[in-house]
Amino acid sequence: MTVSVDQIWGWLDEVPDPEIPVISVVDLGIVREVVLEGETVTVAVTPTYSGCPATSVISMDIETALRDRGIKDVKIETRIAPAWTTDWLSEKGRSRLEDYGIAPPQPAGGPEKCPHCGSRNVTRVSQFGSTPCKAHWRCTDCLEPFDYFKCI
Amino acid sequence: MTSDMAFFEFLCRMGDNTLVLGHRVSEWCGHAPVLEEDIALANTALDLIGQTQMWLGLAGEVEGEGRSADDLAMLRDAWDFRNVLLAEQPNGDFGQTMMRQYLFDQAHVLLLEKLAQSSDERVAGIAAKAVKEVTYHVERSRDTVIGLGDGTSESHRRMQAALDLLWPYVGEMFTDDEVSGIMAAEGIAPEPSSLRAGWDAAVQQTMSEATLVIPDSGFAHAGGKTGFRHSEHLGHMLTQMQWLQRAYPGARW
Repeated sequence: MTVSVDQIWGWLDEVPDPEIPVISVVDLGIVREVVLEGETVTVAVTPTYSGCPATSVISMDIETALRDRGIKDVKIETRIAPAWTTDWLSEKGRSRLEDYGIAPPQPAGGPEKCPHCGSRNVTRVSQFGSTPCKAHWRCTDCLEPFDYFKCI
Repeated sequence: MTSDMAFFEFLCRMGDNTLVLGHRVSEWCGHAPVLEEDIALANTALDLIGQTQMWLGLAGEVEGEGRSADDLAMLRDAWDFRNVLLAEQPNGDFGQTMMRQYLFDQAHVLLLEKLAQSSDERVAGIAAKAVKEVTYHVERSRDTVIGLGDGTSESHRRMQAALDLLWPYVGEMFTDDEVSGIMAAEGIAPEPSSLRAGWDAAVQQTMSEATLVIPDSGFAHAGGKTGFRHSEHLGHMLTQMQWLQRAYPGARW
């Protein structure tokens, strides 16, 4: 079969993040490179947080997705440097996060607005949230708690 | 000591610090005073264990005898561990845990910032990744030390007691020896003593905001990072952490 690198990127863009299924592993910015050599596809993955338990699930999901499309020889390369940064989140990923109720990362270090009601009156509950990549915030207008995707 | 041996020792020091402290912090999982703190401690522990994977993974690679990060973590006994004594001290109450965390985090972040410039690109890569996580750790442990120190009379009393108890363990983080000398000469890692002034300034500022008094003593316990004499607490901790491998050698998922 003939596949192109672009096609593979497209397939990977359909692999959801296991913790935040509204965004893909490509949106998350952890797929750094796809190399096609003969029948072998090598995907370079950069983990988000060093202890993130989703990392091994992501590698497995990528491998499964490519095998399902008929790629027999899949190699996953873990690349630590340069370190993952939230700057690598795609624009599509950022807007999907917000629709899902997770405030996207901001260079200022806190959410721009409440993802539920849009109010700018928000306060931090804790630097740490339900997963390593998120912090816990609350809106002081609608009073709803929400996750904020930490900026690193 | 050859430079490879020193490099291995250095990497074990890095990985054993994060492993032992990460395990200690994980002991709070399900027990912290409020849910947010429980989650924050579990997240911190997770970051530290993740960093351990990278440091001990590289240690095994440098040693070249086929030992993995898991082998080093689970199949060594107390005398082969190279963590500082501070990391293995028991949790005590929540305040004591947060004081231990802050004293360590403040040194950790300063060290990682330097290591991100290491002449060894693998070390620089791990440090550049870890420093992002540790920046969050120190932000939170510092805030908590200030909040509890400058809190109620009861929380203040406990934080001062924690600082008095743990102070004799901070000096070990900044002592130089043959291993650190070789690492510094090769540009891999800075001499620990070179980080002391920056640490002192930051800790002085934090303790002053926390209305806590730094003990007037330079006495420092030694023996953790050389493995010469760990405190009695490490062995007890390892019986928990390594229980599975001790009871069922070679067990795998």
